[in-house]
Amino acid sequence: MSLVSLSNVSVRYGRLTAVRGVTFTLAEGEILFITGPNGAGKSSLLRAIAGVTPPAGGRIDFADHDITGRAPEDIARLGLSMVPEGRDVFGSLTIEENLMVGTGMHARERSWKARAANELEAVYATFPILKERRHTQAGLLSGGQQQMLVIGRALMTNPRLVAIDEPSLGLAPNITDQVYERLITLRAERRLTLLIVEQSSTRAMMVGGRMMLMRGGEILLDGDARALGQSEAMQAAYFGYGEH
Amino acid sequence: MAPIMQVVFDALSLGSLYALGALGIALIFGVMRLVNFAHGDVIAFCVFALLWPSVDAVAIIFAGNLPWFLLIPFTLAVGAGLSVLSEVVVFRRFRRANPATMMIASFALGFVIRYFLLMLFSSRPKSISLLPGLSQPVELLGARIPLLQLITILVTIAVLIGLTAFLRRTRFGLEMRAAAENFTMARMLGVRANRVIMGAFALSGALAAAIALILGSQTGTANIMMGASVMLMAFIATVIGGMGSLAGAVIAGFALGAIATVMQVILPPDARAFRDAFVYGAVILVLIFRPQGLLAARGTKERV
Repeated sequence: MSLVSLSNVSVRYGRLTAVRGVTFTLAEGEILFITGPNGAGKSSLLRAIAGVTPPAGGRIDFADHDITGRAPEDIARLGLSMVPEGRDVFGSLTIEENLMVGTGMHARERSWKARAANELEAVYATFPILKERRHTQAGLLSGGQQQMLVIGRALMTNPRLVAIDEPSLGLAPNITDQVYERLITLRAERRLTLLIVEQSSTRAMMVGGRMMLMRGGEILLDGDARALGQSEAMQAAYFGYGEH
Repeated sequence: MAPIMQVVFDALSLGSLYALGALGIALIFGVMRLVNFAHGDVIAFCVFALLWPSVDAVAIIFAGNLPWFLLIPFTLAVGAGLSVLSEVVVFRRFRRANPATMMIASFALGFVIRYFLLMLFSSRPKSISLLPGLSQPVELLGARIPLLQLITILVTIAVLIGLTAFLRRTRFGLEMRAAAENFTMARMLGVRANRVIMGAFALSGALAAAIALILGSQTGTANIMMGASVMLMAFIATVIGGMGSLAGAVIAGFALGAIATVMQVILPPDARAFRDAFVYGAVILVLIFRPQGLLAARGTKERV
């Protein structure tokens, strides 16, 4: 049973086409890396799935709903949690307030805080540093801590799919290791489906799972991350050898 | 001593008006980057909503005759209602337009409201007596000030405390603060865009109604242009405060009230007529040295 299914999805910004007719399905519990060079259309694809940039054509289904062109908040309410590129923390809100923003959608006003308390403890158990600094303004955190905060915040909504755009961007390699370690544990604990965009295939090869290569708005390769990562086809497709 | 306290109270009450106005503008700017120039006309509309349509110089008080405990909720509801209506009918259609387009739409809406009032009431200012008990003076700290001035200050303080508590303690307040900082991210966390924006408009409209009540009682006239002068100062206060920063808007509102009042006192009598020119001069100086405003709003990220 597929959780996400895209058929012939394209994304345009004015006259620029960022994604050209992308089709794939993602099964519940799967981990999928989308890699590819700068400007491949990876982020645009993610934004289309999250409803931030409505697709110019095609159809997107999530959790048995047609979500093509639906508002981001409706899609989030179906269980798709998006962590956009650049760690969009609410800088003037405290860590705890940041975590609480997404919890409103499942609870009525009165029971709101009580219902979120369990989720909050679970996130704090995964990222103890967040609990330590719970009343700190999120804008004052380091990059790694902010990345943990946005992942924690995405989990607070109790999602079925977490889509993360470049979790390693701007982080030191050992911090990236930590972030991935947590992601893998979380995935096992919660049967999460993960959709991760990364520029390089290194992470995908370390973690394993499925990998797709995007370039020029199209998906060129799709297969097992480790096998694909070592293949010459990957190198050729990534850099576009043999096209001229 | 007494004259100094007098000046302090004058400054606080004038500043209160500017702060309330600036808050109304900053709330909406925060969530949708709209500079709402119709805000002043909402203020005028709230005053005229208390009158029966007529073109005579003496107003026929209609809802204005309600006892205060009905009059105040009625006026607040009118302000909030008109403001929410303007979002549903007009601004919702411009959600994805650029800020300049939205600003021009707000000008147009302001004109529509103003000419609607003009049609029903004519442009002649009308004398009204709203909450008449409030003009009697009270003695406080050696100053003799009208009761209304005191109430204005107290109401503003109450509004500020209430609004802060609302924004900090409730779920809706939290969603609003998150949306003001990064609207798209808030939506990706399931925050309903329409509800947050309508909430901001309702609050902003209620603030406009509060100003309408204060202005109407203070001046004793209903004038189609009455919102405009407060609106201009309030707008300037939001700019100085750092567009979208609520705290900045309030601080700048009070600062403008203080500057205007103090200039009224210290300027030589011949120059007093040009007081506003000096106030705007001070504004220019502030913006030269801090173009981003006193408290720059965070999250001036582009929204989708």
